[in-house]
Amino acid sequence: MSNDSTVIFKRPESLSENITHYCPGCTHGVIHRIVAESLDELGLRGRAVGVAPVGCAVLIYNYFNTDFMEAPHGRAPALATGFKRCRPDMIVFTYQGDGDLASIGMGEIVHAANRGEKITVIFVNNAIYGMTGGQMAPTTMPNQKTTTTPAGRDVSLVGYPIRVAELLSTLRTPSFVARVAVHTPMHIVNAKKIIRKAFRLQKEGTCFTLVEVLSSCPTNWGMDPSAATKWVGDVMKPYYPLGIFKDPEREEA
Amino acid sequence: MAGKKLMKGNEAIGEAAICAGVRHYFAYPITPQSEVAEYLCWRLPEVGGAFVQAESEVAVGNMLFGAASTGLRTFTSSSSPGISLMQEAISYMAGAHLPVVLVNIIRGGPGLGGILPAQGDYFQAVKGGGHGDYRVGVLAPSSVQEAVDLMILAFDLADKYRNPMMLIGDGMVGQIMESVEFPETNREDNDPIKSDWALTGALNRKPRVVKSLFLNPDLLEENCLLLEEKYKRMKENEIRYELYKVSDKNRLLIAAFGTMARICQTAIDELEREGVSVGLFRPISLFPFPEKEIYAEAGKKNIEKILTIEMSVGQMVEDIERCVKGRKPVEFFGHTGGIVPTPNEVKDKVRESLGLKK
Repeated sequence: MSNDSTVIFKRPESLSENITHYCPGCTHGVIHRIVAESLDELGLRGRAVGVAPVGCAVLIYNYFNTDFMEAPHGRAPALATGFKRCRPDMIVFTYQGDGDLASIGMGEIVHAANRGEKITVIFVNNAIYGMTGGQMAPTTMPNQKTTTTPAGRDVSLVGYPIRVAELLSTLRTPSFVARVAVHTPMHIVNAKKIIRKAFRLQKEGTCFTLVEVLSSCPTNWGMDPSAATKWVGDVMKPYYPLGIFKDPEREEA
Repeated sequence: MAGKKLMKGNEAIGEAAICAGVRHYFAYPITPQSEVAEYLCWRLPEVGGAFVQAESEVAVGNMLFGAASTGLRTFTSSSSPGISLMQEAISYMAGAHLPVVLVNIIRGGPGLGGILPAQGDYFQAVKGGGHGDYRVGVLAPSSVQEAVDLMILAFDLADKYRNPMMLIGDGMVGQIMESVEFPETNREDNDPIKSDWALTGALNRKPRVVKSLFLNPDLLEENCLLLEEKYKRMKENEIRYELYKVSDKNRLLIAAFGTMARICQTAIDELEREGVSVGLFRPISLFPFPEKEIYAEAGKKNIEKILTIEMSVGQMVEDIERCVKGRKPVEFFGHTGGIVPTPNEVKDKVRESLGLKK
């Protein structure tokens, strides 16, 4: 090997060297990396504190090289609020799934957003409960089969999937709310840009920031990884449109 | 805040927290303790702190969890139904070894119950409340001054044992106005940067995690035994109680805590004038409970009975029975639902217990 070799790809400093427990084809690993790269690039690692959810990402603290709290199910935004109010100089982010944030934690996320807590929420929406074995989530697609909706989600009985980014963007309090996806390289590049922006806005003390990330769960969807990735684009994306719903740097309508 | 002040219990509790170095307080309105938030919402900004009115007590408990993880002192106050909603976070904070103080100004229950003073949350406070193998240190003041002193002690003990502490007062302690003095010293000496567990950013050290999750049963048992070891040390070092007119002449010993104990003092004074000698055993630390002390007092020769009096249908009486170990008969008298036993009722019950004419 020549001495003038250049490093073009390496593990972000914000990620630990532990091997993740995630299933093949799961996109948590990609999202972890995007978050870690954002912290590195903005120089935030040394003053960042993450809040782990209950769900597949419950062990996220093993994979990050930052301080972490492990929250009760759904309560991560409340922990983040308490921490950030005491230490406004630190960078606080939650990493939550759809069962955690949109079901049991709906109260906490709405009020944290409405108070304008200067935190960053990474909301991973894979339309199912992963860790508990594939039950229906508030974000499960109409007719989607899960272990608690074996005949498919019947919207006449349980309603339609909740669009969290749209819901939170109705709040008057200034915030940054966006939805991205990570099922293709192009989408990953864009997701990185948006997540980095969310952390930059927190660094600048601007506002509450939330990025919803459409994710896949091949194991509980009963698909192979490539079919699952395709399903995100074909089925989830039309119902959950991508984009920035609220941006303090854009003039408010 | 030098010198004596006339203050409502709830407001004095808020000021005591500031004396203890607290600058961050999280709460949800509930009668009969809302004055704590109404006081601290303007008082905390004066000293450079902040109050967050949370969306629910569930959120309050978890805001405390986050705030305590910084290593700074923090607390909340609520009343019975609100404390029930915080049990999730209390269990997690105990499991994660977080120092935090909670105040329960108890009202009548169960359910929505009522808004008048009661002591029916004794079991919830002392025996657990949330899930899992844990304990909360519990202190019970019987006056506004004692509420102030015990608040400051509660923060010291929470830090010493890295465990949640709870101050329980009935609605009377929260609502009564009494003269009170605050200590001169401001204990702003806890520096999270120096602690070896607080989350301060993993800049020049290994990352820290504040958690109660241990999927490996060996590690979970290890954590539970670590907690148990703390509770054992608390039992050895943190027993607090007060004796009133306890002597060898006592024919009967009353056991009561909080406001109920003060009412019993009045009854004991009046009975003394009638020639009936009664002593009072007032536990101040409800966990750890003064087990050996009540056992010793019950053994005194002239004591015929132990009479436990509570503003409930009888909760602490189970601990009294447990600790007296059958040495003497243990009787109970109480009112609940917000009805406070009067000195006359206490006297009548004492006379009845001793077979004296009413």
